[in-house]
Amino acid sequence: MKKLLLLSAVLFAAPPALARTIVVDAKADAREAIQTALIEAQPGDVVELPVGTFALDEGLSLDVDGVTVKGAGPDRTILSFKGQTGAGEGLLVTSDRVLLTGFAVEDSKGDGIKSKGADKITFHDLRVEWTGGPKPTNGAYGVYPVSSSNILVDKVTVRGASDAGIYVGQSKNIVVRNSLAEYNVAGIEIENSTNADVHDNVTTHNTGAILIFDLPDLPVMGGHSTRIFRNKIVANDTPNFAPKGNIVATVPMGTGVMVMANRSVHVFDNEFANNATAHVMVVAYPQAINDASYNPLPREVFVGANRFGKGGWDPGFPGGKELAAAAGGALPPVVWDGAESWTIKGEVKGEPVKLGFAGGKLMSFGMPQAPTDPTKAKPALIDVPTTPVSFPPEVRLPADQPGVS
Amino acid sequence: MRSALLALASLTLVAAQPAPVALDALLAETPAPTLAAYRLFTDAKATQPNSRVTPYTLNTPLFSDYALKHRYVFVPPGKTIGYRASGVLDFPVGTALVKTFAYPADLRVKGSPERFLETRLLIRKADGWAAYPYVWNADGSAAVLKKAGARLDAGWIHSDGKPRNVRWSVPNVNQCKGCHASGEAITPIGPKAWNLGATQLASWTRLGLMAAATGVPKVPAWDDASAPVAIRARAYIDVNCAHCHTAKGPASNSGLYLEWDQPDRVAQGIGKRPVAAGRASAGLDFAIAPGHPDASILVHRMESTEPGIMMPELGRTLTHAEGVALVRAYVAGLTP
Repeated sequence: MKKLLLLSAVLFAAPPALARTIVVDAKADAREAIQTALIEAQPGDVVELPVGTFALDEGLSLDVDGVTVKGAGPDRTILSFKGQTGAGEGLLVTSDRVLLTGFAVEDSKGDGIKSKGADKITFHDLRVEWTGGPKPTNGAYGVYPVSSSNILVDKVTVRGASDAGIYVGQSKNIVVRNSLAEYNVAGIEIENSTNADVHDNVTTHNTGAILIFDLPDLPVMGGHSTRIFRNKIVANDTPNFAPKGNIVATVPMGTGVMVMANRSVHVFDNEFANNATAHVMVVAYPQAINDASYNPLPREVFVGANRFGKGGWDPGFPGGKELAAAAGGALPPVVWDGAESWTIKGEVKGEPVKLGFAGGKLMSFGMPQAPTDPTKAKPALIDVPTTPVSFPPEVRLPADQPGVS
Repeated sequence: MRSALLALASLTLVAAQPAPVALDALLAETPAPTLAAYRLFTDAKATQPNSRVTPYTLNTPLFSDYALKHRYVFVPPGKTIGYRASGVLDFPVGTALVKTFAYPADLRVKGSPERFLETRLLIRKADGWAAYPYVWNADGSAAVLKKAGARLDAGWIHSDGKPRNVRWSVPNVNQCKGCHASGEAITPIGPKAWNLGATQLASWTRLGLMAAATGVPKVPAWDDASAPVAIRARAYIDVNCAHCHTAKGPASNSGLYLEWDQPDRVAQGIGKRPVAAGRASAGLDFAIAPGHPDASILVHRMESTEPGIMMPELGRTLTHAEGVALVRAYVAGLTP
């Protein structure tokens, strides 16, 4: 505290550009010490979390722009929420230009680290984990930017999320890279979001590896333009442990990439192996809808050149076994439910979905109308264009994205 | 001698007419370290409101672990509140909304001695509202600012005659925003025309706090058993949920908008699937399954006291049995 006062005095006399480092006292009451630092920080300041495991009984929050929260490393600075009695997440960020780096959030009761309405937020060198392994009682999302923009998730590890390890929702301009998502229901999920690059990640031992979704009845819909490249998408073999009612509870074990109701998605240069359901699934939203402004079809999805290993030998959805048998023992790398129309308020709507695959042939389940009925599947290998109708643009983060020099 | 007498006289005058509310302290950039510094009350225990500090009540209050709440509004001299039929009233710069949370020794006994826990101030500064929590000391003689919040152990005899205990959580200033945020700004939650009611607003007009209020929506109090269940339940849900569950609120991304007059049935939760509920969905498909309270996530989350499941996320540790009963009756009466 004395140091803090001294620093404030310096700040008072100096130009406001002078950034302070607020070192949190490792011996003080963790909740009060860390939360006080997060409240009293000024734009430009670094809040430094010391080495150690800190037991927190309440969620933390940051609402000051331009702050860096920095620990000694994701295995050295650990915020443990095992005894949490309040708040919906471990750490909540609601301000802009924030860098979170070098710490872990463990066993939060709700989500791990959430940002809401944040611009230019960087999650770097973090770990979010539920230490008891995959359980339906774990929190939903590990790293959870929502209604945010200019998001960088880099070198993050998430384990045990009962929904998605890294989940980006209703956001725009997103990069998720160099991260590890394992033992989650969904490894990485981009939902109702626009312009995302998901690359150089490892997604393994999840139920499904990478999900690109768009859901109805939300303030931001019409997600589009995602590129998924250079990821390792292997052995996603954890049984689905999501609580029923959530959309990810419908994802079959062994799903590689799943595109649902999203537009303009490009999947290329990834390594796929040992995903029992299918490496790439392209599907319509599976439930009845009432939202007339919502399009439940996936559109303009292009699967380019990828390395496809063993996959599709035991599809985990109704009728999957029969489909695999009909396909000669395993589904091909790319499968599509076949829907090109849907009903809304008794009216049938439709449009061409414009799928493409560099391999030329994918399997359609031949279910023409969403919500699809798996008992009426008429599977067939179909020819599709081998070049895309469009390429989603590369995501460019702003020059002053925090933590990017 | 004469000057001494004069001094004595002026002292007497001071004693007879306490100094007014410290408007400069209210409008200062940094909050005062103690509640007393604002002179909102004329006694140290904050039971005697100063001049222009007017007590008020809400028809349907937010549930806060059965704590009693003493609310006051201060409007600076020469200023008045602008009336709005919907949303929060237009309070002038310098307004202070004061809310003291307290437990009586025995909830069944009117006038039972109370222990004050905290007094929260919402101050309308020139550039918007600011929220500050002041925590009372053990003997209730002073309240000091606690920006990082606090935990207090409190207990009382409940309406069933049984002792109850809570670990009271004084919110930190970020958590204040967690409920009071509207977009980037902070806003009051309770003082809306429909929840203050025409009678109370008429008295504010008589006191010169505001011009005449016309067209005040008639919304019954949540516990007015003579009024229909649905409107009471929706008023209750509004007060307890809609500060976050509104298009500009902290839960905007859920698409679940719980204002009492929200016209869209799906936005109200009826037949709406969860988005980011995680384990809080409890395996249920809809926020509100019409006719089926046991199948409704909204009811489940109101009943829960487990962090990560319970709603609201902040401000309660106990289940509000009476509120849940009302919402259950409402959901049971809904048709698909």
